Amino acid sequence: MTKVVTDVTCPFCGTLCDDLEITVSDDGKEIIDCQNACAIGSEKFLHVSKEGRVTRPRKRQPDGSYKEISYDEAIEYTAQMLAKAKKTLWYGWASTSCEAMAIGHKVAEKAGTIVDNCATVCHGSSLLAIQDVGVPSCTLGEIKNRADRIVFWGCNPAHAHPRHMSRYSIFPRGFFTTKGHKGRKIICVDCRYTDTAKCADEFIQIEQGYDYELLDAFRTVARGEPIPDVVGGVPKEKIISAVNTLKEGRFGVIFFGMGLTHTLGRNHNIDIAINLTRDLNDFTKFSIIAMRGHWNVTGSGQVLSWQYGFPYCVDLTRRTHARYNPGETSSVDLLRRKEVDACICIASDIGAHFPIEATRHMAQIPSVCIDPHINLTTEISDVHIPVALVGVEVEGCAYRMDNVPIACRKVIDPPEGMLTDEELLEKVYDRLCDIMGDA
Amino acid sequence: MTKKITVNLITCRTIQQGVAMETGKTSQKYYDAVSIIHMHEDDMKKAGIMANTNVRVTSKDGSIVVKAVRTREDLVPGLAHIPMGPWANAIVSAYTYSTGEPCFKGFDVEIEPAENEKVMGAVELVQTLCYGEERKPPARE
Repeated sequence: MTKVVTDVTCPFCGTLCDDLEITVSDDGKEIIDCQNACAIGSEKFLHVSKEGRVTRPRKRQPDGSYKEISYDEAIEYTAQMLAKAKKTLWYGWASTSCEAMAIGHKVAEKAGTIVDNCATVCHGSSLLAIQDVGVPSCTLGEIKNRADRIVFWGCNPAHAHPRHMSRYSIFPRGFFTTKGHKGRKIICVDCRYTDTAKCADEFIQIEQGYDYELLDAFRTVARGEPIPDVVGGVPKEKIISAVNTLKEGRFGVIFFGMGLTHTLGRNHNIDIAINLTRDLNDFTKFSIIAMRGHWNVTGSGQVLSWQYGFPYCVDLTRRTHARYNPGETSSVDLLRRKEVDACICIASDIGAHFPIEATRHMAQIPSVCIDPHINLTTEISDVHIPVALVGVEVEGCAYRMDNVPIACRKVIDPPEGMLTDEELLEKVYDRLCDIMGDA
Repeated sequence: MTKKITVNLITCRTIQQGVAMETGKTSQKYYDAVSIIHMHEDDMKKAGIMANTNVRVTSKDGSIVVKAVRTREDLVPGLAHIPMGPWANAIVSAYTYSTGEPCFKGFDVEIEPAENEKVMGAVELVQTLCYGEERKPPARE
């Protein structure tokens, strides 16, 4: 008889849907079906049981091929590399549990590495802006139950957070939002007519890269001052009408994404979006939320902040105290300037998602990639250590995009003999202590 | 004579890229979903590019061959889109303006037809760009 595991949390995006139903085989080893998840989430669960998965560490040979090694050998290599290197970059963390992060940071502190997470190429700019001007925010539950004005600015949840719109932002009926979609006004600002824009009541097509100017125009109109006839390719009338729509709401929220953080202006785009939110609070209740990408990138920011006071780009190389200076201690800059002499990539993929100039340096220095599957970083690393998949084969804590912690469940057992992130990192720590002593 | 056009390029997630990433980055599905460039029809005409043929995209930081496709998420003429992944990142600048964040969206690229050139596979691409044509890793002690 198959067994259905209910209330499973999906470890893909920052929406962390926690209503999945997974059917597993009677021996508890194989996933047979996945209900309620989006296309990406179900692929993540169903892919686990497919053939061809690597279950033991691999070490690269001089000819470029990979040879299977034992976990002990891989742990020895990692610990020796950490002990020898002057400055190691430890990047990733966004797809593992908070528990594993805490152990990883213990190792990082001992070895004196730099710890950076995926926010560095994602919402790092948002974190900078939040440190500058603060953030009036709320939870996704409040949005479902109260919000009647929704703005999507430079984000495309239809593709990146597929169930966000049906669970929280557009369609659901809540306590004060009993009419669901009909009771909400949706405004989408984007340079493309995205699939999200197709769900919106009003689509504002902005010229790519003019977000700061348009947000400034929104603020100016909200304060009752005149603006030019066209701003960022958007006619004045459209801006005035949109601002009026926002002011007339009872509870509004701005969701923003990579459209603001990846374009020129970076943190200043977010800065002014937050200030627009503040201005709108003179008329009604307004909040702003970053559409965090990886399922636990928010958790990495949380754990680093509790432990060291900074959410990413944390430099522990001085051992006595943590330093933080994005632009200097950020992964892409460190690699581009060739300032690190070893690299560990955990639960993330430098090879696929960093600009090639940064990836190229990572490929030259001693490196270890800790990831459940083969990805593009494993293929340019000296050692690949596969681990059990958190959220599918291991339980753990993760943070949703609105900073709410949610428990992830274990659905099936990992392949026999495979270590979890936590077990692996503890072993690396023990070995590193042996090598380094009390240093 | 081949024609060249200059457009503004953005890179971002698509749901096809997301699904294929979970299937595996070495899979055919990932290759099909990510080694493409979404273009506006007017731009395609201007450069003499047929839909679903290969094109060469060149920025100041690199050059890459991908397949030109029409998009369901409408673009304006002069704006093109490559899904996030190794092909896009082969031409994205690593310069971060001291923010830590590279400019993944909004940089100029030249696009020209390259019907007879091959689109490299993901692993082949990354290893070639890191280690050169022979894809030989650096020697270790």
